[in-house]
Amino acid sequence: MLSIPVIVGVSFVYLSLLFAIAYYCDKRADAGRSVINTPYVYALSIAVYCTSWTFFGSVGRAATSGVGFLPIYLGPTLTFIFGWMVIRKIIRISKANRITSIADFIASRYGKSVALGGLVSVIAVIGIPPYISIQLTAISTSFSILQGYPSIQMPAGVGGIALLHDTELYVSLLMAAFAILFGTRHIDASEHHEGLVAAVAFESLVKLVAFLCVGLFVTYGLYNGFSDIFARAEASPELKRLFTIGSVAGHISWITLTILAMAAIVVLPRQFQVLVVENIDERHLKKAVWLFPLYLLLINIFVLPIAFAGLMQFADGEVKPDTFVMTIAMKEQLPLLALFAFIGGLSAATGMIIVETIALATMVSNDLVMPLLLRFGGQRLRDRKDLTGLLLAIRRGTIVVVLMLGYLYASTLGSSYALVTIGLVSFVAVLQFAPAIVAGIYWKGASKAGALAGLSGGFGLWTYTLLLPSFARSGWLASDFVNQGPWGIALLKPYALFGLEGLDPISHATIWTLLVNAGLLIGVSIVSTQSLIERTQAVQFVDVFKTAHGSGREWRGRASVGELVSLLERFLGAARAETALARLERETGRTLARDSRADSDVVAFVERQLAGSMGAASARIMVASVLREEMHDIDEVTRLLDEASQLVLYSRKLEDKSRKLETATAELQAANGRLLELDKLKDDFMATVSHEIRTPLTSIRSFGEILRDNPDLDVEQRQEFMSIIVVESERLSRLINDILDLAKMEAGTTQWLVEDVDPGQALSEAMVATSGLVAMSPSTRLAADIAAGMSPIRVDRDRFKQVVINLVSNGLKFCDPAAGMVTVKAWQEGGMLRVDVIDNGQGIARQDHDKIFERFQQAGNTLTDKPQGTGLGLPICRQILEQFGGAIWVDSEPGHGATFSFKIPAKIPAVTNAATAAA
Amino acid sequence: MTPPAKVLIVDDEPNILLSLKFLMTKAGYAVRTAKDGEEALAEIGRDRPDLMLLDVMMPKIDGFTVCQRVKSSPEWNGVRVIMLTARGRDVEREKGLALGADDYITKPFSTKDALDRVAALLADMGGSAAADEKPVETPGGDGTV
Repeated sequence: MLSIPVIVGVSFVYLSLLFAIAYYCDKRADAGRSVINTPYVYALSIAVYCTSWTFFGSVGRAATSGVGFLPIYLGPTLTFIFGWMVIRKIIRISKANRITSIADFIASRYGKSVALGGLVSVIAVIGIPPYISIQLTAISTSFSILQGYPSIQMPAGVGGIALLHDTELYVSLLMAAFAILFGTRHIDASEHHEGLVAAVAFESLVKLVAFLCVGLFVTYGLYNGFSDIFARAEASPELKRLFTIGSVAGHISWITLTILAMAAIVVLPRQFQVLVVENIDERHLKKAVWLFPLYLLLINIFVLPIAFAGLMQFADGEVKPDTFVMTIAMKEQLPLLALFAFIGGLSAATGMIIVETIALATMVSNDLVMPLLLRFGGQRLRDRKDLTGLLLAIRRGTIVVVLMLGYLYASTLGSSYALVTIGLVSFVAVLQFAPAIVAGIYWKGASKAGALAGLSGGFGLWTYTLLLPSFARSGWLASDFVNQGPWGIALLKPYALFGLEGLDPISHATIWTLLVNAGLLIGVSIVSTQSLIERTQAVQFVDVFKTAHGSGREWRGRASVGELVSLLERFLGAARAETALARLERETGRTLARDSRADSDVVAFVERQLAGSMGAASARIMVASVLREEMHDIDEVTRLLDEASQLVLYSRKLEDKSRKLETATAELQAANGRLLELDKLKDDFMATVSHEIRTPLTSIRSFGEILRDNPDLDVEQRQEFMSIIVVESERLSRLINDILDLAKMEAGTTQWLVEDVDPGQALSEAMVATSGLVAMSPSTRLAADIAAGMSPIRVDRDRFKQVVINLVSNGLKFCDPAAGMVTVKAWQEGGMLRVDVIDNGQGIARQDHDKIFERFQQAGNTLTDKPQGTGLGLPICRQILEQFGGAIWVDSEPGHGATFSFKIPAKIPAVTNAATAAA
Repeated sequence: MTPPAKVLIVDDEPNILLSLKFLMTKAGYAVRTAKDGEEALAEIGRDRPDLMLLDVMMPKIDGFTVCQRVKSSPEWNGVRVIMLTARGRDVEREKGLALGADDYITKPFSTKDALDRVAALLADMGGSAAADEKPVETPGGDGTV
């Protein structure tokens, strides 16, 4: 009934169905109607974590170590429930940077390092094949057992029948073909494989249902539920030991396995692929956080019942526990259930193999082969028109190589271990990625050197403590090396390094590699310095939730938009490049002319697009080759320094500007102050003029009213009062004349009658004019000392006399009241006429010497010292003298009289005629 | 019979002093004069006047100072002060009133107006120079606020 053709036929039909689903979903995705855009598909695709190791191996492990199978599922559950924000951050970062694989992620984080990307790829390619090998073994084993139906025969171990080998080989080749079909039909800019994800989700569903069917049959068909099985198991002393964990080593093993699995759910290349790269919507994670743990719970719920049932059904130990899921059904003569179980196992294995190899292929092509080819392949390669074919070829080749490695591992080493143990070897290998990732997204200080050191150290130790011993076990290496340590050094025993004994090899290796890896990462990061691009990337990764997305790399380049677009075309094809460009134009809201210069936004965009199909490191090299940009850090440093120095220059200019501004402000304030002062002076002047005019007016009005209201005044009083009115009127007229005079002079509208004037004669006339004043005060004398034969001066005769009269009047007013003496001296002094008017009065304080020539300013307090006269005499004198090129000043000591002096140019005889003519 | 009110006129302008003296004497007041602040203070000290006509701008001691001294000195409590000024600015007017001046006359003034103001202030005193005691108003002093 279950002949080989039937089994092969059913398997083919099943795989074809998967392919049909993938094909359909790809078509839908291309049409923009995604089928997988739901958290349920997302969660199911993550369940690719459950491989044939889960499907068959969990029962096997449970049958030998009881609950020991649990940590592998407890770990992911813990990660999802407590570490979902770590996953979210990784997803966010990956989307922002168009990360295509875990190698790309690490390389990108540490300065788009080609070396790191390559190292991660190498570790994955070496570390993963054991894991793939168990899938191959599972398929071929389950196949060979199933085709023996109704008899149950275990396939032989190492060096078994040729058929088995052949089966594994065929399976490998078949899987390679499927993986190539699923994952490398075309290159996608976003590296999304929607069809693949849909098929994987479907497989997850199938394997779950198959396992549940077997579980339900065993629990409720063969026995009467859980309690019945557990009760029977407890009754058997051999089975009872499976309920407990046991020794201290057992506990440590539990803890390390849990930690391993916690990391594996993220850092296994295929998990990173479905969890991060294929994630369509970050919000799906929210539901997956409980959906995926639920899936794990369901697929594990019947593990112990099946294991116990198997142990009880096959008490002789002839049947391997790893096959219980299928063999119980066979024993119960249920071929369809057995076939379904086989399909479930096939599902689990193919899902894992396809996704894992595609993830590895992407990694190898983007982060290992392409960067090397681009760097060393020369210009010819870089100029190649169509690189899509090359990329696909590399990926397809990688898939075949990885599967062949898996096949080799399976056929030579694999059967010496249980399924689970082999898988764990791979787990420990990929665990090495965890420190670089965790530090990378939470610690900006983690450097490329640190990551390289940590990864190399961890991976080296993995090779030593797990890979080499597995070779030794299978006889490839002398087993002495494992048992006694190399050269008999016990401290170096791979399973008991530095005396750490009593642990199982996996826990032992986990502890050591993690210690060394993390220690080196932290230590080297602290002592090493980061390059600029490392720092930039570090900030972008760590602060992904803070900063807006973008490369943050300022770039002033020489490439045109057209050049960058043609670069895109070479990798994505013309149509996709066009679409991408249209999206950029839509997003930025501007039109990009092909011949315009590409700015940093466009460069960053193109780099991200390329990164989507070839990884960050390769994309950077490609874009750089177009930009003709040197990538050496020193250039970036120079550029930054240049910017910094420009910044310094700019800030200096700014300082300069602000200093100038301060000066200008101070000047403005000073000017404003002067204006206010002038304003105040004007106000004061108006107030003073008002006062000067009001005073005589007051007397005039008062006496006018008195005369009007008192007609009966006697004549003498009438006369007196009327005289006062006349005198005050004259005073008022004089004042008004003076004000007008001064105003005119200051405004420059005075009419000057300039003529040749004999100074001696003019002085005499002026002194005569003041004789009336002298006569009024009998105790005062006026003396003259005027030189004879002085040269004439060119002045307005009346104005000149006005000056002298003013000065003499002042002298007479202020001289000693008891024995007043005013002397007028005049002489010629170096082509100038010099006149001094000397009085013997109180004198003028030094601080007032300048002030008295201002309007209404007299010596002393203006409020208490009543102006004698109009207060405009001296200012008028100064105005007149300045008009004729002269000057006036005062010399005085308080208590010793005052001497008012002025000078005015005399007319030198030689130029008389010319001057006259000019006048 | 009430003795005539005593009026002290202070101004450094002789003609203004003369006209005011004539007017006040004719109105029946006992008039004395001073030609600057110093003299004014001396006159007040010699015989307490009921009212002063006080010019602002004077030599030696200005009118504001005299007003302040008079108004801040308890012994001259009740002496009325009318400021005379030719500057005619509101600031000056306010300054004078702030210093305690009772009234303010701007030059040139109407003789009738000047007489009315003097009469009004003296009438306010109830004709008795000694009895003048302005009621002290304390804001809120009655406790009703």
